[in-house]
Amino acid sequence: MKFGIVVFPGSNCDHDAMYATSINAGCKAEYIWHKETQLPKDIDTIILPGGFAYGDYLRCGAIARFSPVMREVVNFAGKGGYVMGICNGFQVLAEAGLLPGALLQNTSTHFICRDVYLNVSSNATAFTSEIPDGKVLRIPIAHGEGNYFADEDTIRQLEDDGRIPFRYCDADGDVTEAANPNGSINNIAGITNKRGNVLGMMPHPERYSDIRLGANDGLNIFESLKKCLN
Amino acid sequence: MKYLAKMTITLRDGILDVQGKTVEHALHSIEFEMIENVRIGKYVVLEVEADSKKEARELVDSACSKLIANPIIEDYVITIE
Repeated sequence: MKFGIVVFPGSNCDHDAMYATSINAGCKAEYIWHKETQLPKDIDTIILPGGFAYGDYLRCGAIARFSPVMREVVNFAGKGGYVMGICNGFQVLAEAGLLPGALLQNTSTHFICRDVYLNVSSNATAFTSEIPDGKVLRIPIAHGEGNYFADEDTIRQLEDDGRIPFRYCDADGDVTEAANPNGSINNIAGITNKRGNVLGMMPHPERYSDIRLGANDGLNIFESLKKCLN
Repeated sequence: MKYLAKMTITLRDGILDVQGKTVEHALHSIEFEMIENVRIGKYVVLEVEADSKKEARELVDSACSKLIANPIIEDYVITIE
């Protein structure tokens, strides 16, 4: 099981993702520079990490999605390869059309950096298979534009298809308006594509993957992938 | 021939413009209670080489739909000079 971590100019969670996947989850991992036009052959999962790719100029993810490596990421996903976009990586996936919808500015207008709780709707996906039933994840967010938006038909489709694995909730797992940090429709914190091999999520599991940092709920996600793909 | 294109990009109707809302509240808190529905957008100016004004518009429209704007959340208006 090997992760490939894309490095855009402005990525700043690439090293955290490397640490979480290699040291904490015990998988192989390597960086992939955004100008690469070929992916290493042995990659099982690509991570688009958090940060501010291309300074978030124009819109978050708008320019990064035209990086040379993104053509390969789209092909990789098309062949069923697993792709995970975290925070800015989610914004890049949405801009690239690998996931529906867009991430708007937080309704508070503030950049929010704090822990949130996530309700896990299903552990039937490769990204959530090792999360115990009913477990509420505590994972940090750090974004100014995480307010998930899509038109009504798209939201209905996501709901009907069960493609919303993560929703903002309170400590007990209840999905409430008060627990929604950024105004996302239906408290959406993460979605998958129809095939289930592409995940985008605003919270940062890589930041809570080492118990020495106080919490390691994020590790569940990397271990789920490890279990499914090994 | 070189044409000058100007684009105004705004969030689509129905999408909450939190920046606009914040500015609107600030306007109300001073002396402009009569102002409402503030929407804030982007203004882009660029030059484009094309054989005709029509072609220039088509090129800029394509650039808007592919990169300059995100049609899922934004509307844009183009003027060509």
